[in-house]
Amino acid sequence: MTAAADQSQPLVSGRKSKSGLLRTEIMQGLALISPTFLYAFILLVLPIVVVLAHSFWTQHYLTVDRTFTLANYRAALGEPMYRDLLWRSLRISLVVSGLTVFFAYPIAYYISFYGGRRKGLWLFLITIPFWTSYLLRIMSWKVILGYNGVLNSALMGLGILHEPSPALLYNSSAVVITLTHAWAAFAVLPIFVALEKVDRTLIEAAADLGDGPLRAFLRVTLPLSVPGIVSALLIVMIPTVGDFVTPKLVGGKDGMMIANAIQVQFGRAANWPLGAALSVTTMIVVSLMAGAAVFLIRTVARLAR
Amino acid sequence: MFDRVPPERTMIEIRDVTRSYGAFKALDDASLAIREGEFFSLLGPSGCGKTTLLRMIAGFDQPTSGSIAIDGQPMDGIPANRRPTNMVFQSYAIFPHLNVEQNVAYGLKRLRLDAGEEKRRVEEALEQVSLTGLGRRGATELSGGQRQRVALARALVMRPKVLLLDEPLSALDKKLREQMQIELRRLQQAVGITFILVTHDQYEALAMSDRIAVMFNGRIAQVASPKDIYQRPVTRQVADFLGGMNFVAAEIVEESGATLTVDTLGFGRVKAEKPPAFLRKGTSATLGIRPERLRVLWDEERFDFEVAGTVVERHYFGEVTHLIVDIPGLEKPLSVIETNDFGADDIPVGAAIRLAYDPEALVALAD
Repeated sequence: MTAAADQSQPLVSGRKSKSGLLRTEIMQGLALISPTFLYAFILLVLPIVVVLAHSFWTQHYLTVDRTFTLANYRAALGEPMYRDLLWRSLRISLVVSGLTVFFAYPIAYYISFYGGRRKGLWLFLITIPFWTSYLLRIMSWKVILGYNGVLNSALMGLGILHEPSPALLYNSSAVVITLTHAWAAFAVLPIFVALEKVDRTLIEAAADLGDGPLRAFLRVTLPLSVPGIVSALLIVMIPTVGDFVTPKLVGGKDGMMIANAIQVQFGRAANWPLGAALSVTTMIVVSLMAGAAVFLIRTVARLAR
Repeated sequence: MFDRVPPERTMIEIRDVTRSYGAFKALDDASLAIREGEFFSLLGPSGCGKTTLLRMIAGFDQPTSGSIAIDGQPMDGIPANRRPTNMVFQSYAIFPHLNVEQNVAYGLKRLRLDAGEEKRRVEEALEQVSLTGLGRRGATELSGGQRQRVALARALVMRPKVLLLDEPLSALDKKLREQMQIELRRLQQAVGITFILVTHDQYEALAMSDRIAVMFNGRIAQVASPKDIYQRPVTRQVADFLGGMNFVAAEIVEESGATLTVDTLGFGRVKAEKPPAFLRKGTSATLGIRPERLRVLWDEERFDFEVAGTVVERHYFGEVTHLIVDIPGLEKPLSVIETNDFGADDIPVGAAIRLAYDPEALVALAD
């Protein structure tokens, strides 16, 4: 039957030639992927190409000199201010993603293991704070952490402080607290999904082989939820490095991050090439850090067995 | 072949155990004593409570009332990780992030054996289940049969007092399943550990067990050796669940002690042993006879006990032929299984034949 089909194929196509048939197939394929391809090209590739190109140019007030130069990168990597800002951004995003995962894991664990039939409701409740604007949420942290804020009043009311502490707001800790809260839900979801995929029989098997609840968690549940931890970490780490709204509003002078410098270059300083060079540098460093973090977690998980 | 006589020491004592979920009783007042070194099967249809009982022995579930003791120790409130039992799960529950060796060594890690001893025990367990050399294989690279063996090795390496098997063969194909039945039985004889097998496959239970408990609706209907369960089922339900059975309506003529004398159409007056659960309802009773205990009589062959009838259906199964024979006076035609060595496969539908039977093979059944 297959032989007959093989023979009949060229007979039917006849003279229409194979390349013609091939071309239509390619055309069909291209036509099918073109909307997605164009979409990705215009919204993802093109902007990055524009940024990359700018990073090698020079700006003279209103005109852009398009001769190739590495001066911007020299500035981005060489100037102590940018280096400090970049380091601080990386440190803050690392601390934020670590803390977020640390706080999100128990929540995800509880919903997955004890949520029963109300899992959906629990997840829904977690998303409720995110229905309000991000700016409003930052503002409410200002209300909590401010000089005359909720936290200071409470601490004074308890007699722990005698006068309001100015140390709560306008520093990098305030940025860390605000960002950790802001990204909590994004960390809960991937961890929840990973925990849902852990076969409960495996935990029973661990108990059957002599493990108490804590050991069974450390030897079975935790290693099997590593993919969720890794994605939660990346989901939080990558965007927080580039955040500029939070540091601007609650960071004060000590809480400024690299994105604030980039914003200044694209805005008031009107030095797009330097801003572009800072952006590209940040992108590369973040990618390296994310890769290192994933590698580290995987290695630890492997060694822990 | 000689049956190995299991020692008479009780390993597991299950006393009046009930497990309720609201109004539903998954297990209803079950009592059972399982002997040391015995291959014991819990057999029944799905939802009969056999898995519930197994999980309560393992410690994954607690009885609503009643008690379980293992090797003389009461198990009330003792969690699974501190019981001298190990389980082979239906899904095998192989840890996907560990290789074969690490899976088998999982429970040993806690015992803090020295490295050489641990390695030796893992090797020994792998050898027992014929997986030598596959220690480095990843858990996801195993076939169904190999996964089952890893699960078995992982439990055996702990040297439990009782090994629990939750439908371990149900995911395997027929040929592998039959091979594993023989291997499991051989392994159990070799290690001498008490095995408790949960299954819904009557042939599996019959082929492997020293004793079988047949369960229906949370209750234990009968506990006996495979031969007794098959030849002397006490209730109609047990008889029906274990293979084919012809049911014959009978009238009770006399009831004396453990013996019933009954009149049947077709089989005449028969004496039968009275099952313990027999409750007399008026004068009617049910007798049963296995299809293979009826034999076709050829030509002039005579036998003391015969019934005559007409073949209404014939089904050919290769090594045997199933004949459906209508007997005048009987409500339902009899089903007969005849081996094909004398030409049973050539008996035409509509032929008048005579069937021989052994009156011993007729058993009285409780409802």
